[in-house]
Amino acid sequence: MSELTVRPATAQALPAVDLTTRLGDATFPNPVFTASGCAAAGQELEQFFDVRLLGGVVTKSIMLAPRSGRPTPRMAETPSGMLNSIGLQGPGIDAFLEHDLAWLAARGARAVVSIAGGSVEDYAKLAMRLRGQPGLAMVEVNISCPNVEDRGQVFACDPVAASGVIQAVRRNTDNRVPVFAKLSPDVTDIATIARACVNAGADGLSVINTLLGMAIDTTTMRPALGGVTGGLSGPAIRPVAVRCVWQVHQALPEVPILGMGGIRTGLDALEFVLAGASAVSVGTTVFGDPTAPIRVLHELAHALAQRGFERIEDAVGFAHRAPELYIPEEPDPVGDDEPLPARRSVGFEEDR
Amino acid sequence: MPVQVLGEVLSMRRVGAYHAMTLVAPGIAERTKPGHFVALQVGGPESSMLLRRAFAIYDVKERGVYGGTVEFIFSVHGKGTAWLAARRPQDKIDVVGPLGKPFRLPKGKVNATLVGGGYGSAPLLPLARALRDRGCRVDFVLGAASIDRLFGQLDAKRMSSSIAVTTDDGSMGEQGRVSDVLPQVLDRTRCDVVYACGPMAMLRAVSELAAERGIPSQVAVEESMACGIGVCMTCVLPVIGDDGISRMVRSCVEGPVFLGDRVRWNDVGTVPADVLGAPMSTGGGH
Ligand SMILES: Cc1cc2nc3c(=O)[nH]c(=O)nc-3n(C[C@H](O)[C@H](O)[C@H](O)COP(=O)(O)OP(=O)(O)OC[C@H]3O[C@@H](n4cnc5c(N)ncnc54)[C@H](O)[C@@H]3O)c2cc1C
Ligand SMILES: Cc1cc2nc3c(=O)[nH]c(=O)nc-3n(C[C@H](O)[C@H](O)[C@H](O)COP(=O)(O)O)c2cc1C
Ligand code: FES
Repeated sequence: MSELTVRPATAQALPAVDLTTRLGDATFPNPVFTASGCAAAGQELEQFFDVRLLGGVVTKSIMLAPRSGRPTPRMAETPSGMLNSIGLQGPGIDAFLEHDLAWLAARGARAVVSIAGGSVEDYAKLAMRLRGQPGLAMVEVNISCPNVEDRGQVFACDPVAASGVIQAVRRNTDNRVPVFAKLSPDVTDIATIARACVNAGADGLSVINTLLGMAIDTTTMRPALGGVTGGLSGPAIRPVAVRCVWQVHQALPEVPILGMGGIRTGLDALEFVLAGASAVSVGTTVFGDPTAPIRVLHELAHALAQRGFERIEDAVGFAHRAPELYIPEEPDPVGDDEPLPARRSVGFEEDR
Repeated sequence: MPVQVLGEVLSMRRVGAYHAMTLVAPGIAERTKPGHFVALQVGGPESSMLLRRAFAIYDVKERGVYGGTVEFIFSVHGKGTAWLAARRPQDKIDVVGPLGKPFRLPKGKVNATLVGGGYGSAPLLPLARALRDRGCRVDFVLGAASIDRLFGQLDAKRMSSSIAVTTDDGSMGEQGRVSDVLPQVLDRTRCDVVYACGPMAMLRAVSELAAERGIPSQVAVEESMACGIGVCMTCVLPVIGDDGISRMVRSCVEGPVFLGDRVRWNDVGTVPADVLGAPMSTGGGH
């Protein structure tokens, strides 16, 4: 009975690893964030841990107007994952600023506000509304939304549409506040979209959003989700996410990445860091384990320390480095002009 | 305020077609009121089932030999509940609770009718106790598909002035639905308030029968949930607010107990056009 514990274990000391991470012009005390749509705006999680302990709180994507979302059922559990078709339900930017961002600011948490829209103008207006808001540490642009002006084509799937949105947001955002574009994995070449977003002014990239999926209920013989298709998330998508982070970091090694997709443990987070992420978001795992972000932070710090890293910065993209060659530091003990001594023959003892 | 605890199975028992699990879960019992629920991790630490399972709290003991315990009644539905049914004493299960908004108790001594369907009677038994402690009259109406899917009818009988039982197959009580007998009970007992927990179709019928008579009702709904703590937005249903505006509200934090006449029963499973933020002009996204 004695090992019954109330979690999270209180104030466990972090090992001496410098976890400070830079995302564009912003510095965060550690690299573990929540994921958009998986932590609301932090208040519910505050019941379980102090949200200031996180690198940042990424809020549910907010739109200009209140939005009711899609019909239920909105969720289907799948092997090591889930499908969701929430449909961006939210209170709209006014109520968000008044209640949610204000709360995060008062709490002293670093807010990463995710914005979503149906047109370039929507995004521009959202960025303007966020200007000068206290508590705002970063803007994440959810471009996995249909463009109402282009027959519902998803912005994230078209480099031109994606650039248009990012340019509009960057132009209307305070200089000191980094703008991250959140990429969809449902594209032929993620590096092309990444490059387009960076050229349009993105200070960094959030990689990845959910994968489009679907499940059919074999009892009703109808789609399991009210929205028919939905976004797949959780550990099931982790290899896809790690691949995306790897490819984006390879194409744009100087651009900071906020990596996510199925992170459940500190070692999962380390995988993203080694692939090129400077920070990570913990999403779906929170549904099953509300204190997971804090656990992941501790586990990641220990995993870095165990591997001899003194700063997380040194681990970012480490897996891309070629195995190092041994280059002797001492000059060759044998001078160039001296002849090499003759090789001696070696005799071995009998096996007893 | 809920807590997350690594609980330990104290005991498991069979009750008809159901299982009853008692967990040692310090910190939950003290905070629990009738109508609260717990959300459990299933499948162990490496489980491929990521989402929590929600169960209405049946019984709590603040201080047992081992500390606070929580008991709930469940039926095996899919993989997660099958895993739970296979647990044995001393197995560990991560549990979060108490969650949700509980039943609200009346201020005065009133006549309350409690309507339970299947395992939905579980949270009504502690509610009956709380009502009786306040001097309320309690009448029960319990229904299920068959006798083995009734729960707590003996305890209910002990704690009430009357009990009516219905089963779909007539294996106990009257053959039929709770809604067949409820009108007489409401009229005969001069009912002042109705409390209900059970399948959505039953809650709808109960809410409507109560509303027809001008009797307030409180019903505990069961919507599919992924997190149980209010962060995912999967568990919504259309509910009319105090301001008369309908919203898609989260049943895990604003419910599971709602006023029966505020739930838009006709529209559950849809997003009615007059709900705040509808219709979706821009579609898509998550
Ligand atoms: C507030 C509340 C109280 C509940 N109380 C009880 C109770 O006292 N006794 C009892 O037997 N059952 C209760 N349920 C239903 C119980 O949560 C589901 O039967 C259970 O989650 C099914 O899990 P599974 O793995 O067996 O099924 P699966 O179908 O494999 O579950 C897959 C996913 O869907 C979700 N899900 C499926 N059905 C339901 C459902 N009916 N409600 C909520 N989530 C669902 C699960 O949480 C899981 O995430 C309650 C549900 C809610 C919301
Ligand atoms: C229920 C749910 C809602 C989500 N809502 C949003 C959202 O509003 N905006 C967004 O950019 N991403 C959203 N996402 C995607 C996550 O932020 C994340 O990119 C993705 O789920 C992968 O990470 P994970 O596997 O850790 O969840 C949502 C995911 C889930 C599961
Ligand atoms: S179950 Fe996640 S918000 Fe209700």
